[in-house]
Amino acid sequence: MKNRLEDYAKIVGEDVIDQIRQLAQLLEGAKVIHVNSTKEGGGVAEILQWLIPLKRQLGLDVQWRVIRGEESFYECTKSFHNALQGNRVPIPESLLRAYEETNRKNAEEMRDELESADFVFIHDPQPAPFLQFCPNRKGKWIWRCHIDVSHPFRPVWKYLRGFVQGYDASIWSLSEFAQPLPHPAYLITPSIDPLSEKNMEISQVEIADARERFHLDPFRPIVVQVSRFDRFKDPVGAIQACRLAKKFTPFQLVLAGGGATDDPEGARMHQEVADAAEGDPDIHVLLLPSDAHRTINALQRIADIVLQKSTREGFGLTVTEALWKGKPVIGGDTGGIRLQVINHHTGFLVSTPEGAANRIRYLLRHRGKLEEMGLKARQLVLENFLLTRHLREYLTLMVGITHGSQERIELF
Amino acid sequence: MAEPFAVKDCALISIGTGERAQNLRELRDRILTTQPGSIYHHFWGGLLRPSFDDPEYQNDFAAWAGRGLHDTRLAERLSLIDPSEFQDLEALRRELVEVVEERLEETEMVPWAKSDHQFYFVRSQIVVFDTSLRVKDVDGWAALLPRFPVSSIFYHFIDARRRTESRNDDFSEWLLGFGDEHTQLIYRLWAIDPYFSTLSELKSELASILGSYLQARQGQ
Repeated sequence: MKNRLEDYAKIVGEDVIDQIRQLAQLLEGAKVIHVNSTKEGGGVAEILQWLIPLKRQLGLDVQWRVIRGEESFYECTKSFHNALQGNRVPIPESLLRAYEETNRKNAEEMRDELESADFVFIHDPQPAPFLQFCPNRKGKWIWRCHIDVSHPFRPVWKYLRGFVQGYDASIWSLSEFAQPLPHPAYLITPSIDPLSEKNMEISQVEIADARERFHLDPFRPIVVQVSRFDRFKDPVGAIQACRLAKKFTPFQLVLAGGGATDDPEGARMHQEVADAAEGDPDIHVLLLPSDAHRTINALQRIADIVLQKSTREGFGLTVTEALWKGKPVIGGDTGGIRLQVINHHTGFLVSTPEGAANRIRYLLRHRGKLEEMGLKARQLVLENFLLTRHLREYLTLMVGITHGSQERIELF
Repeated sequence: MAEPFAVKDCALISIGTGERAQNLRELRDRILTTQPGSIYHHFWGGLLRPSFDDPEYQNDFAAWAGRGLHDTRLAERLSLIDPSEFQDLEALRRELVEVVEERLEETEMVPWAKSDHQFYFVRSQIVVFDTSLRVKDVDGWAALLPRFPVSSIFYHFIDARRRTESRNDDFSEWLLGFGDEHTQLIYRLWAIDPYFSTLSELKSELASILGSYLQARQGQ
């Protein structure tokens, strides 16, 4: 059962919902298509899972399509992901050909639908070449980049730029990610759904069940990092931080994550993390299915502190989720984490395992500060990072882009 | 008798301009040439876009001077610039350049930021639309004010100063249409300092002024 827009009024206020409805009236009946590479797992799929039903409730005709390919396609796009985040990984020509061929085949199947749409949102590099296979498109095409591209491996970005420069606009999570392109670079930060299974209020019984299921000691503090098993999330750094801090104060570390269907590296990384944690009964490495939303919800609520020790991060929705649950976050000083972890207010920004260890010690020792940060954390998300703001910005962009890139659009 | 007041609302979306600065001299150069909308965004945009209510720095330039350049003296001076004091954005731009140049002259080394703490210039696109709410008189305004979205307060109370020839907010402009009837109220609106408040605080302040004004009138 999908949530209705009016259900959010209790959280954000009636005026916020009214405003969204008024903006949507300007777009009533518009045909919109979103294309990404997975229906489940990872932040992009999660955003589309709530965004699309809400846009439909507002009277827009919205479809969600997924590009599908063989293993070589996913190998290639995972390499893109790593390269755009700064890893110097040259990509073999054979994989690039597989990428282009997969795009050609998928675009061909969807061409009629894509060419007749009023707005097409292409998410991330996976389906980026779709544009060139739709020469008779009538609507506005927007490339939405969810990745931290602030320091890309240049040859790979140069290759991808050829596919994205023809779009009418692009959307980036932060201004520092936006690469120079010959079209407007809109800035929209992601958001979370406060009524989703991952973020809704859950009972103390359910929380206690999760604690018991994963054999967590209720009498010692718990530090949790929730994220895919991905090198850039630095789960091994989180284990190092835990080992350093545990010398001074007893606590347990939970590293919980699932795999996305478009991430072939996940299993390898999970093994690496399991090896690093081996022999330490206070480090719990949990590989969860991609639909374990309530379990993640419970684990984040069990946590005294949430850790997100990423070295690169597009935005960090798991940080948002934790802040929403009133948890201070110790996060890597990078990307979108900086926008959410306001140093000394909603958590701490750190650059090394040593820094994370120090902050864990500090917060476990100063419970009052921990509580105070938690309150500020929830307020920050309430005012800035809930889906209603995100939805409003999407609608504003759609109205804006149909009127060119002029500074002021008056519709009355 | 003035025309009914048409309540408009606005939504803002940010657009990166592609300009950035890594040191203070580059910041000065970009401020000189960037579009006025970007200056506006970095002073006023914080009210409408995701942001943390920063108790230390009042605008993006000051925040970057403090956190990017680690130049507290400059950050404090930039924080003191109140954009509502300036006739237009060009005057505000000149003041900004003045403060930055003064600091450049004082320092032997040009202050610089690490490469991942650069200043990125952003501008806004504002979509303005009609809410269909109409206010006939001051009593009606007080009754309807709770239903005003906070972003409509931005449009009518802050954005209006940039958009109208008189540099007034829309509310006092409308009240002027009633002749001398609401002069006291107009003076009280003009006395509000909009810069150091959130939009919710501004809305509450307007409601409080309106409430006490109407109460005083009833007592007369």
